[in-house]
Amino acid sequence: MKIVVLVKEVPDTWGERLLDLETGLADRVSSERVIDEIVERGLEFAISFAEKNDGTEVIALSMAPEEATGTLRKALAMGADRGVLIVDEALHGADITLTAQVLAAALEHIGFDLIVSGDQSTDGAGGVVPSAVAELLDIPQLPRLATVDLNEKEVTGAHVTDRITLSLSAPLPAMISVSERFAEPRFPNFKGIMAAKKKPFEVLGIAELGKNISVLDRPRSIMTEIAGKPPRESGVKVTADENSGRDLAEFLKKNQLI
Amino acid sequence: MNMSENSVSQEDFVEILGGLRQFIREKVMPLEREIAEGDAIPESLRSQAKDLGLFGYAIGQEWGGIGLDPVQEAELAIELGYTSLAFRSMFGTNNGIAGQVISGFGTDSQKETWLEGIASGDIVASFALTETGAGSNPSSMRTKAVTTKSGWSISGEKRYITNAPSADVFITFAKVTDDAGKSAVEVFIVPSNSPGVTVGPHDKKMGQAGAWTADVHFDEVAVTEDALVGGKFGVGYRAAMTSLAKGRITIAALAVGQAQRALDESLSYAAIAKQGDDIIGNFQLVQAMLADQQVGVSSGRSLVLDAARNYASGADTRIGPSVAKLYCTEMVGRVADLAVQIHGGAGYIRDYFVEQIYRDVRLLRLYEGTSEIQRLIIGSNLVKQELASN
Repeated sequence: MKIVVLVKEVPDTWGERLLDLETGLADRVSSERVIDEIVERGLEFAISFAEKNDGTEVIALSMAPEEATGTLRKALAMGADRGVLIVDEALHGADITLTAQVLAAALEHIGFDLIVSGDQSTDGAGGVVPSAVAELLDIPQLPRLATVDLNEKEVTGAHVTDRITLSLSAPLPAMISVSERFAEPRFPNFKGIMAAKKKPFEVLGIAELGKNISVLDRPRSIMTEIAGKPPRESGVKVTADENSGRDLAEFLKKNQLI
Repeated sequence: MNMSENSVSQEDFVEILGGLRQFIREKVMPLEREIAEGDAIPESLRSQAKDLGLFGYAIGQEWGGIGLDPVQEAELAIELGYTSLAFRSMFGTNNGIAGQVISGFGTDSQKETWLEGIASGDIVASFALTETGAGSNPSSMRTKAVTTKSGWSISGEKRYITNAPSADVFITFAKVTDDAGKSAVEVFIVPSNSPGVTVGPHDKKMGQAGAWTADVHFDEVAVTEDALVGGKFGVGYRAAMTSLAKGRITIAALAVGQAQRALDESLSYAAIAKQGDDIIGNFQLVQAMLADQQVGVSSGRSLVLDAARNYASGADTRIGPSVAKLYCTEMVGRVADLAVQIHGGAGYIRDYFVEQIYRDVRLLRLYEGTSEIQRLIIGSNLVKQELASN
């Protein structure tokens, strides 16, 4: 069984995240870069499955600038067997469609039985890449799973929302994405950290993926406006007097909070 | 120090330290109150600590440990000192005297029997030295080991033994008298399930809830010949004394970690607590207390790392560890006291972690040699060096 986990490097969720107002891209320099937390949950599934099932290979795949090597190595420290990083100058500022196309080509190059992804990243929050990749590869996708069961032939899982739980299944090869309801990821242990440096790690350019990916054939998406986050406005102060109860109720009602 | 294949590269160590820091902040600190109020480390946390590799970070890789060197170990202990000291206490002896004595000086059979389990955390080791009337002075020890046909018979009572209620094995100190009537302290590996070993109820302590201590009774406990550490007289005791000196650097490092936490707690409190219209952090008398805390933390950290480097190189294995332990454990007492003072009345309330730090760090000046014993070690060794150089 070959499981490929799509790993995304993101600016640390707990730090300040900035947008470059010239390019509209995330400012990667200003904040610490980490493996996306939702991806760690996906890795947790793949690694714990591999621990219980001999002959399973877990591959961490990422498309990112070369500096993401350290982040991808964290996936190896958690327990993935090898890493593949797609690095190419031409991919700078790649949008969702180009990203999906490159990942699909890389996945065909690597080979897979199951692809695991987070349902949406904590930076872009597009949530489209897993579906786009599945579409390009013409395989079924089970989105936003809270639990996953896997055997040699099929993958099943629970898609849980606040109102309903859907039981989904698909024959392999398939793509799944896990939601934040999925099990907590493990911490890389000390031995894993030391072993990660010795694991195979491949850096590939798009020319090496065996597909003719044309980056500039036509505009894929056009950004019409870039704006910084508006500064926080000062809140409404309700003064404690005989009218304060009414004022407070009116404020809550106006903002549709009651 | 020679870098061997089994040592941990600085690059890997930086990641290990970063990983531990994250683990402590995300997994241990949220449970601090539960540990204190429940007087126990939750089983899930124990199992995560085991998975992480915390039971064997100072034990060699050939035995399944991580094999940190003394300087890396000290840096790790500073991180561990940032949270409930009871957490570190859970695996302190495995990495400390038990792991060190057996891996450094044990016979091949002792290593094979015990080390892998100690490094993985499947075995909890406990260190049985202290007795009533023989705390830091082993010469007045009353626990005895006498030879039998098949090995040894050990009898005596040990007091305040850390982890005794959960221990699988006691590294036990006992006096052996030879035919000529000359006696010496030897060290024995005693499984806790040996007939004649009983552990008393756990002590009600001032602080460090979650770390259990208890009396241990040895009533004609029969152990095999192979229980004597190193397989011959004199080896185990010398090994234990060397390991105790290294343990002093660890205690000093824990003190620095707690002092850093006390400072951080004080700072975040001073930045939000108001008196009148101003935060107390803007009052110069509060700033002076924060400054004194910072001086203590910075000087303690430098001293610990310096002592660890000199211990690792062999340049100073006696005076430096005692200097670091004496200074840092006294320093954290003052820094914790200032933390309570900065918090005002809140610092006397259990909802604030500084109240726990104030009680928990009191032990650091008492165990692994009191402050008084450290002064005696430092003073007597200084004079010894002076006399030797004349």
